[in-house]
Amino acid sequence: MASTALDFLPAPLRSLRLKTKQQELLLRVSALALIYVLAFAVRLFSVLRYESMIHEFDPYFNYRTTLFLSENGFSEFWNWFDSESWYPLGRVVGGTLFPGLMVTAALLHRLLRALSLAVHIREVCVLTAPFFAANTTLVAYAFGREIWDSGAGLVAAALIAIVPGYISRSVAGSYDNEGVAIFALLLTFYLFVRAVNTGSLAWALASAFGYFYMVSAWGGYVFIINLVPLYVLVLLVTGRYSQRLYVAYNCMYVLGMLLAMQIRFVGFQHVQSGEHMAAMGVFFLLQVFFFLDWVKYLLNDARLFKSFLRITLTCVITVGTLALVIGTASGYISPWTGRFYSLLDPTYAKDHIPIIASVSEHQPTAWSSFMFDFHILLFLFPAGLYFCFKRLSDATIFIVMYGLTSMYFAGVMVRLILVAAPAVCLISAIAASATIKNLTTLIRTKSKSPQVTSGKTTGSKAAAKGAVDQSLPFQHNAAIALLLGAFYLLSRYAIHCTWVTSEAYSSPSIVLAARGHNGGRVIFDDYREAYYWLRQNTPPDAKIMSWWDYGYQITAMGNRTVIVDNNTWNNTHIATVGRAMSSYEDEAYEIMQSLDVNYVLVVFGGVTGYSSDDINKFLWMVRIGGGVFPVIKEPDYLVNGEYRVDKGASPKMLNCLMYKLCYYRFGELTTEYGKPPGYDRVRGVEIGNKDIKLEYLEEAYTTSNWIVRIYKVKPPKNRS
Amino acid sequence: MPRATSDAKLLIQSLTKAYAATPTNLKIIDLYVICAVATALMQVAYMGLVGSFPFNSFLSGVLSCIGTAVLAVCLRIQVNKDNKEFKDLPPERAFADFILCNLVLHLVMMNFLG
Repeated sequence: MASTALDFLPAPLRSLRLKTKQQELLLRVSALALIYVLAFAVRLFSVLRYESMIHEFDPYFNYRTTLFLSENGFSEFWNWFDSESWYPLGRVVGGTLFPGLMVTAALLHRLLRALSLAVHIREVCVLTAPFFAANTTLVAYAFGREIWDSGAGLVAAALIAIVPGYISRSVAGSYDNEGVAIFALLLTFYLFVRAVNTGSLAWALASAFGYFYMVSAWGGYVFIINLVPLYVLVLLVTGRYSQRLYVAYNCMYVLGMLLAMQIRFVGFQHVQSGEHMAAMGVFFLLQVFFFLDWVKYLLNDARLFKSFLRITLTCVITVGTLALVIGTASGYISPWTGRFYSLLDPTYAKDHIPIIASVSEHQPTAWSSFMFDFHILLFLFPAGLYFCFKRLSDATIFIVMYGLTSMYFAGVMVRLILVAAPAVCLISAIAASATIKNLTTLIRTKSKSPQVTSGKTTGSKAAAKGAVDQSLPFQHNAAIALLLGAFYLLSRYAIHCTWVTSEAYSSPSIVLAARGHNGGRVIFDDYREAYYWLRQNTPPDAKIMSWWDYGYQITAMGNRTVIVDNNTWNNTHIATVGRAMSSYEDEAYEIMQSLDVNYVLVVFGGVTGYSSDDINKFLWMVRIGGGVFPVIKEPDYLVNGEYRVDKGASPKMLNCLMYKLCYYRFGELTTEYGKPPGYDRVRGVEIGNKDIKLEYLEEAYTTSNWIVRIYKVKPPKNRS
Repeated sequence: MPRATSDAKLLIQSLTKAYAATPTNLKIIDLYVICAVATALMQVAYMGLVGSFPFNSFLSGVLSCIGTAVLAVCLRIQVNKDNKEFKDLPPERAFADFILCNLVLHLVMMNFLG
């Protein structure tokens, strides 16, 4: 039933009237194109509000390495030893990073240059994450179509384009591994599910390449190498073993493992680390299954096969357990590393690895975070699970497992909401698409005439028949009402996502903004001010000591050597810095002399009310320092278990290096009307030690809003 | 346990009889698989003798053998005429996939040999 409005067009244009299939294709393609553009555009808030710059801390390291790669070529990059960080140890950069992101950005940059578009590499870096987010929507569409149908694929693409859980780590300027890794993750899963569905070696090879890209991009590839074997195990246990599964998993595992070992940072972990052993175990299990299947087919005799089965199973189980026990006991198979073990046992990090526990992104997730990051997807998720269970197939089992495992991990660590976001979007898309499809089918069916049911009803059902005829009009109205409700919910979702992106996830963190008392916007650009001061006013071989948060930014923007940075690979070195910050000035001076420190940098928020400053992080410095050097004891800095900086604070707290450096000359400053001088606006108290004298350091620079303070370490006094 | 031994004999007999009935092309693939696995076992035995340094060379050697064996088994599955799931797959396509995957496997292995 083509649209009659088109009949009024003149004759030549009428030939353009499309058939239904073509109309549908046009709708789908234009919807996908709009979703692609939307996914890119919604991530551009901070570029429009501030400027095109790299955000946060980790992206600065990625930017510095990408710069190095684009200037010096891949061979230099792969063998780079960086002596400007972790002084005096240095860092083997080539072997301790995941190169996927840098190589991708450098390739994009080279491609643009080849097309004669002279773009600076920083612009490419800033916009890499939104570009890959747009690509993720296309993969989500294909994946949705594979699992359910193309309608669900479209809804999945639309949902994932704006879901805040994904936007938080892929905003323009957030040049971090996750921006590319989520694309690689979804691509690998899609290719693998396609391989399982078709049993084709070509798709399995493609999924191995997808896995290789994921391994090169992010340490979270461990999720893939454990989820896929778990999925195969579930299929085996539920009796869905098929030869397509054998072909898909084997090809992906062997080729994927070999490809993954090309990344130096991963190395031989696929055969030696406990986290990767599940994949190997399932590999051998699949061989056993295949062998048994084949023998069963050959024998054609149930009794003989049963005895054969018994023999094989006992052999396999004994050999398997023996290998596992020997491997773990002899230490050849290394146990789960702390980073991933703390996912299985959330209390582990707090007691044993304070560095992991101190990162705010590693804290357990609150319900408000879930609601903030997922909105209506939270209740569409169980609905989608129901639909998946109704239509169980290899593909829906996969998405259910991905959804459940990723939601569990998202509950353990806030950062992993990112990994759960694609699964939640896909499952919710199934729910939304199936519901809307059912509702629209209800609306479109014309009320059936009684002859449809006449053949089946008996006399006692005549009354029911009349009732069915009467309920149809109610069904019609109810369906329209529900459909309107569904559209309302989806529009609220879009509004919420845009608001969240604009308010919460678009701040560069390196440039702070606040509202002045007259409503105008005040920008604090203190960080960059301090780094550029360092760059221009210190000797090129100066060494800067600061807490590890700022290491990457100092090396990237200040171009100076740092003692510790965000890589946090050497806990003792960080603990040394923590001990220096928590000791009295003379002890700290000895430590700084041993590390050749020339300048000390601290971050202080007391004047502006900026709460992520070093005084708030100080207790973590104490804990980490105290973890390695027992001379630093946390109770020394607390009063009755309470952390204070005013007159009632402990004497060790009032005289430690960090306190002195942060509050030097602060006692003379009036920060707020009606409050005494030296009023700390973050802690909300007047500081206890106002008359600070520094003996071994002198103040070198304090930024205009007192946020970053730099001190020069004085050389030892000449003996008389 | 006479029943067990007679069971085992019967098992082996029926297995050999049924295996003799498989088509020749499948038997060739099986021979290839057995050769590859034997080579892998020989490499592991050699490693047991001389130690595993350099580990990447050992791994690449063993994995290339295991990899090509596994790929050959996948080829056997796809080419087997009794397999209902792969009825629509032309054997030329299956063989082409096999060659492609082997090519990738050996290229990566050459990079990893060191």
